Amino acid sequence: MNTLNKLVAIALPALLLAGCEFGSKEQEQVGFRGTAMVQINDPDSKAKVGDIPAPPYELTAEMLAGDRASTAYENVPVLGNVSVDEFNYLMQAMTTWIAPDGSNIKDAGCTYCHNPENMASDEKYTKVVARKMLLMTQNINANWKPHFAGQVSGGQENAGVTCWTCHRGNPVPVNNWSTAMPEPGNITGKKYGGNTPAKSVAYASLNFDPFTDYLAGKENIRVGGKEFPTAASNAAIQSTEKTYGLMMHMSQGLGVNCTFCHNSNNFAKWEDSRPQRVNAWYGIRMVRDTNNNYITALGDVWPANGKGAYGNRRGPHGDPLKVNCATCHQGLNKPLGGAKMLKDYPALKGAAPVAPAAVAATPAPTETAAAAPESVGAVKPVA
Amino acid sequence: MAYQNIFTQVQLRGELEAGVPLGPHNDARIGPFGTSWLMGKLGGSQLGPVYLGKLGLASLLTGFIAIEIMGLNMLASVNWDPIQFVRQFFWLALEPPPAKYGFTANVPLNEGGWWIGAGFFLTASILLWWGRTYVRAKELGMGTHVAWAFGSAIWLYLVLGFIRPMMMGSWAEAVPFGIFPHLDWTAAFSIRYGNLFYNPFHALSIAFLYGSVLLFAMHGATILAVGRYGGEREIEQITDRGTASERAALFWRWTMGWNATMESIHRWAWWFAVLTTLTGGIGILLTGTVVDNWFLWAVDHGFAREYPATGVVDPATLPGAPQ
Repeated sequence: MNTLNKLVAIALPALLLAGCEFGSKEQEQVGFRGTAMVQINDPDSKAKVGDIPAPPYELTAEMLAGDRASTAYENVPVLGNVSVDEFNYLMQAMTTWIAPDGSNIKDAGCTYCHNPENMASDEKYTKVVARKMLLMTQNINANWKPHFAGQVSGGQENAGVTCWTCHRGNPVPVNNWSTAMPEPGNITGKKYGGNTPAKSVAYASLNFDPFTDYLAGKENIRVGGKEFPTAASNAAIQSTEKTYGLMMHMSQGLGVNCTFCHNSNNFAKWEDSRPQRVNAWYGIRMVRDTNNNYITALGDVWPANGKGAYGNRRGPHGDPLKVNCATCHQGLNKPLGGAKMLKDYPALKGAAPVAPAAVAATPAPTETAAAAPESVGAVKPVA
Repeated sequence: MAYQNIFTQVQLRGELEAGVPLGPHNDARIGPFGTSWLMGKLGGSQLGPVYLGKLGLASLLTGFIAIEIMGLNMLASVNWDPIQFVRQFFWLALEPPPAKYGFTANVPLNEGGWWIGAGFFLTASILLWWGRTYVRAKELGMGTHVAWAFGSAIWLYLVLGFIRPMMMGSWAEAVPFGIFPHLDWTAAFSIRYGNLFYNPFHALSIAFLYGSVLLFAMHGATILAVGRYGGEREIEQITDRGTASERAALFWRWTMGWNATMESIHRWAWWFAVLTTLTGGIGILLTGTVVDNWFLWAVDHGFAREYPATGVVDPATLPGAPQ
């Protein structure tokens, strides 16, 4: 063999292996043996939890029992019933979570939402949004327990969510989505909604916007049929591909394989699935609730692109930036590694469900539960 | 070492050969053109003569139209940007019409009409090429084995793109044109119909496919291994004793107690290859038309094992669950 052949013989296998992840992998069997129910992780490429900001100060029982915020402040419809101390504590934490002092965010600190001359004023749209977000957080913590305290964690105290779960020191959570631009009427620029190397679906050629129909709309995600064809089993391959796109997002957003929820012998079958799939099912509905009844419900509070004080809050289609699985999860199947952050912020827990709905298996929240207390939409804020 | 090779070691060079004279009602052949060292490494070193004829010409023309329709649609999809066309090429697609059009011919061009058009011309091209393999084989006094083997592949192609969509009443069931898109279609198809691996005809198709690979490896290896005795010159050695052919046969009789013959090994190879797409096509045709979920079908018919349930209940069936 001449030198060139030897070089090729060494270089070619090396090149072919260049896409591999080296190092030992973690693997965990998560289902019946012989069914490929295993989670394989490369510890080096796993998403990191990162530092979680400590509470501003210790919240004592005395502080919690003090005067109500509504007696000290004006225009506090959501948090009027917490103590003044806890109110200030939460405001300080929210600043750290969303527009931390000393960051290069414009108006970082209290002034991101407040007019420093009149803290009660709703003149900044960000304050109106923040109020709705507080309601949203309370709704998630109070009404969507089946998503994060479902069959998997049993009776354990659940982690819940705070603003930090999504925001991580950013005014807009890094992972968000908005409706893709509509397809043109002719073939120029027409991608049939997919066929593009898109990050949203892990660079598959699948539909790159599975969110509009499934995470805001309530289109049917289920495509698998019964044993024999029926009139109901009419899901087209093209809708299967859209479902597939959503699943790629979930897999990527949570840093898990298909077998984290499904048994791949028959993806559709619930009886062979893992309990995590039930959590995901509630999660999809929680996200729809969040997108429709909180984010989109803010309507014209969101400034038009190019008009807002703090940059764009809408997508190219004009709809506000919304949440999907990755907004909270950020590559981990438990956001923030399951850190129990909520326990330090009791005001975010929200009201317990009015009627004890938990009958047999899981309580069943409705997606319209939370729109009630006040309407902060496009109307004039409470004075 | 001289006989342990991957590429052809000997290239014959001489007067260019036109081959047997053609009978009446034939077009003229084109060439021969000359010899090529590179092509001689892979096969015969002489290029041409090629018989194009009316079928060949029509096949090339319709094939060209099909590829043009696909390529220009893909180029249009990236706003006629040649750089993006190259960068995104593996992702680009020409998709069949959406389900709302059913299986009708009256589909707007930009909503799948171009797909139907491309499919029509591609099918025409393939069928014309099939006719060419048939007519040329007849003209040379050969059997028509090549044509029928090709026909088996065409059967699978037609099932995927035409026969099954027709039976399902929807063009949307057909495969898009495009590299990744057709692969994603394959995965989605399997998931939609409860996992194609539990489709017994799919299983047969895989068995024949892998069997073809195994037979090809055995046969190729055997012939190359007796190359030092002239084993590639099969015909004159079939009946001679003490030859490459007999050694090859003895090798398999010694190692597995039985051997194929110089003739039968090709029969095996032909049937395995033909049955791969024949059974595959049957499996695809039954999917969605007769069976909607192959896993459930397989468990029901003792073809697959039912594993212990995990105790998970479909939350949509719980009272009061959000929908």
